[in-house]
Amino acid sequence: MAKITASVYTSHVPAIGVAMDLGKTDEPYYAPLFAGYEAGREWMAENPPDVVILVFNDHANAFSLEMVPTFALGMSASYEPADEGWGARPVPTVEGHPKLSAHIAHSVIRDDFDLTLVNDIPVDHGCTVPLSIMFGQPEVWPCKVIPVIVNVVQYPIPSGKRCLELGKAIRRAVESFDEDLDVQIWGTGGMSHQLQGQRAGLINEPWDRAFMDRMIADPELQAAMDHVDYVREAGSEGIELVMWLVARGAMADLADGGEPVEVHRHYHVPASNTAAGQLILEDSR
Amino acid sequence: MGLDKAYLDIPGTTMFDTDQAAKGYHLNQFAMSLMKAENRERFKADENGYLDEWAMTDDQKQGVRDRDFNRLLSLGGNIYFLAKIGATDGKNYVQIVSSMTENDEHAHKEMMINGGRSPEGNRYLHEWADENTDEATNESKGDN
Repeated sequence: MAKITASVYTSHVPAIGVAMDLGKTDEPYYAPLFAGYEAGREWMAENPPDVVILVFNDHANAFSLEMVPTFALGMSASYEPADEGWGARPVPTVEGHPKLSAHIAHSVIRDDFDLTLVNDIPVDHGCTVPLSIMFGQPEVWPCKVIPVIVNVVQYPIPSGKRCLELGKAIRRAVESFDEDLDVQIWGTGGMSHQLQGQRAGLINEPWDRAFMDRMIADPELQAAMDHVDYVREAGSEGIELVMWLVARGAMADLADGGEPVEVHRHYHVPASNTAAGQLILEDSR
Repeated sequence: MGLDKAYLDIPGTTMFDTDQAAKGYHLNQFAMSLMKAENRERFKADENGYLDEWAMTDDQKQGVRDRDFNRLLSLGGNIYFLAKIGATDGKNYVQIVSSMTENDEHAHKEMMINGGRSPEGNRYLHEWADENTDEATNESKGDN
């Protein structure tokens, strides 16, 4: 049977990918950020997943305004890195797991989530930067990836509660898949940042740190937070943090199991315009 | 019945909601077209000609010519779409983002290294209005 073994939470700032692609990670500006990623990479090397369910948002690359799906699930065997306007990142093609995607689609839609099922989409920095953060620069990505793409660009976006419930439904789907697979779920985006308007550059470190604490200890409370509070306190793009709740919802403690174990936490300001955060939780076994 | 738009009370911030998306549809789709290298080349070769292929308002076209991202936000633009105009100009996100603030690129980068813009005094419209009169929206707080 497939098992969810861990959840990973990370920012997906484009500049982090650019720094790696251009070999700038040792520069003084980036060195402390990347030093904080070492422990996570070591843990990942010891706990390699077969499949990562990667929750992220598209940033006007796979989806224009022609279609704005609230929750989309990738069904393909592969996904190419997107050209976001600067040229595509020089990273490997992302390989999917169509059989598990099909199973998740069937289970989660029957579990009352009206997913949009997508094929042949490019994946942008929301997907490839977390892979670079966790795996470095391999020739091929060491696992299969199933994209779960959440609209956090055009308001209204799904509520925190809805995101948490989606995570619970994904857990039920994975744990009913009849094949031995080690599955991780990653929630990405954030932390505090605002990329638009005269208030751009907003960072709220105390809020971010409290968010991480609540994500571990009381995700149901975090899920009840209104969108406007994210925007006011963590910036208009800080609202991406609701996607962390999808991953958190897939942990055992929200399905009458034991508490997850925190194995790593990292926080650094700045990565370009953004506060970069990272958290790794092992599922209770 | 009106909709609840509590976020209209946040200064220096334009939430890209469904009303803004309706206003900015053609502007954002134009920007989206710049994902393709051949369109970037065509746009750079003849900005006006390229803009005229899109059903945008004159204000939106002028906002693009001026690279006035704050104006384009108010006219329905979304930052992730607008960033493709910046990308076509060879600008990175720090350059694009700082152009919307009181800071130049260098000062913005310094502000970020020093912890970013504090939420203190930047949460509610009245906090900006209290501080200044007519220039309130351009005089945000860059300290931390």
